[in-house]
Amino acid sequence: MCLGIPGQIIEITNPEHKLAIVKVGGVKRQVNIACIVDEEHPPEKCLGDWVLVHVGFAMNRINEQEAAETLALLQEIANSYGDTKDLQRSNL
Amino acid sequence: MKYVDEFRNPEKAQGLQKEIAQLSLQISKNSHKNKHLKIMEVCGGHTHAIFKYGIEEILPDNIELIHGPGCPVCVMPKGRIDDAIALCENQQIIFTTFGDAMRVPGSKTSLLQAKAEGADIRMVYSPLDSLKIAKENPTKEIVFFGLGFETTAPSTAFTILQAAAENISNFSLFSNHVLVIPALEALLANPDLQLDGFVGPGHVSMVIGTEPYQFIPQRYHKPIVISGFEPLDIFQSIWMLLKQIEENRCEVENQYNRLVEKGGNQNAIQAMNQVFTVREKFEWRGLGEIPNSGLKIRPEYAQFDAEAKFTIPNLKVPDHKACQCGEILKGVLKPWECKVFGTACTPETPIGTCMVSSEGACAAYYKYGRLSVLV
Repeated sequence: MCLGIPGQIIEITNPEHKLAIVKVGGVKRQVNIACIVDEEHPPEKCLGDWVLVHVGFAMNRINEQEAAETLALLQEIANSYGDTKDLQRSNL
Repeated sequence: MKYVDEFRNPEKAQGLQKEIAQLSLQISKNSHKNKHLKIMEVCGGHTHAIFKYGIEEILPDNIELIHGPGCPVCVMPKGRIDDAIALCENQQIIFTTFGDAMRVPGSKTSLLQAKAEGADIRMVYSPLDSLKIAKENPTKEIVFFGLGFETTAPSTAFTILQAAAENISNFSLFSNHVLVIPALEALLANPDLQLDGFVGPGHVSMVIGTEPYQFIPQRYHKPIVISGFEPLDIFQSIWMLLKQIEENRCEVENQYNRLVEKGGNQNAIQAMNQVFTVREKFEWRGLGEIPNSGLKIRPEYAQFDAEAKFTIPNLKVPDHKACQCGEILKGVLKPWECKVFGTACTPETPIGTCMVSSEGACAAYYKYGRLSVLV
């Protein structure tokens, strides 16, 4: 029930009612962006943002930098095992 | 798909798998006996992903995943379904609900059966769709079946605020929203439950933040890692939990930092607080009554409260005798250990709620379960 899908805001359709269009995969649908707008982020500034969509609402913005850092850490772990394998092989 | 495919990368999963294997070996070596670790994933979304991607299969043998009660459909008591069906019998009402609730068995029938028998029950994707139906049918009363944890409750709160702003008087909510923290408190208070750590619910935490979980390490000395829902997210969270266990730490850690912030989402929390107040107690199927675990509408918004607007029987109905969903939700029994699993109780004809929702441990195991676990 708590499932959410990442999507990108491609159009602000009604800033007053906080409505926008998101593209999720190839599908476009209307979402409410009340959860992600504030003084710093008025509706018109939300264009292009990646958000998590849940039951017709953009629940939160996805932090691109944090996502990249998580993936970089995981890559580092994967590489470290790749390296040890190579090392073991070279010792043989 | 961005933010999905990258978190399903097999090479990174293999790296994590090796790290996890090494850590679990170290943990067994350091403890005097061969330590068997029990980790509970709280959220039904995680349960589904764990079975779908076979995550349990590639974990070391000494790590066991316990599937927790974080599936709102699974914890819905029979009496509330009966109440919903009683509402549907009112010819004036169009009853709207998420598809998840349609097949949940009440004491006599489900919403799906009631619909087949002629009740006007409509499935919606969003509570806003329900509000739209209200605008299109001004002579009818539209009731929305509010289900879900803190992830979903803000969306119904915003919908009620919109109904109030637009003065839509034929819309109301039958609130069955439940809260994760009181359920975790109730679980942890049970001395029979031996757990070594928690994989915390990512999307609930996106709303409430990471601070409300502090009682878990502080009072119960268990680690918890808030996790995303892709396979790499869950793997990384298990790895982070093992690191905590190995280093004798217990903290609230956040694996899902691309979406979860310490303070949560203030707009969502504010909307929830404006519209809802906490019920003194709420019944959870299989777990019984849990104090302060449900949300009801504040008196200021009573005109949008189906429980104030219509007569609701409010019956308490015991669970089916053969059904062991309660034990499964508490992590005491495994799905296949239930007497009726896969025989009398299947996703087509569920007896218990854990077999209804795809996030229920029984339904997930029925669909994706591997025979090796049974051997």
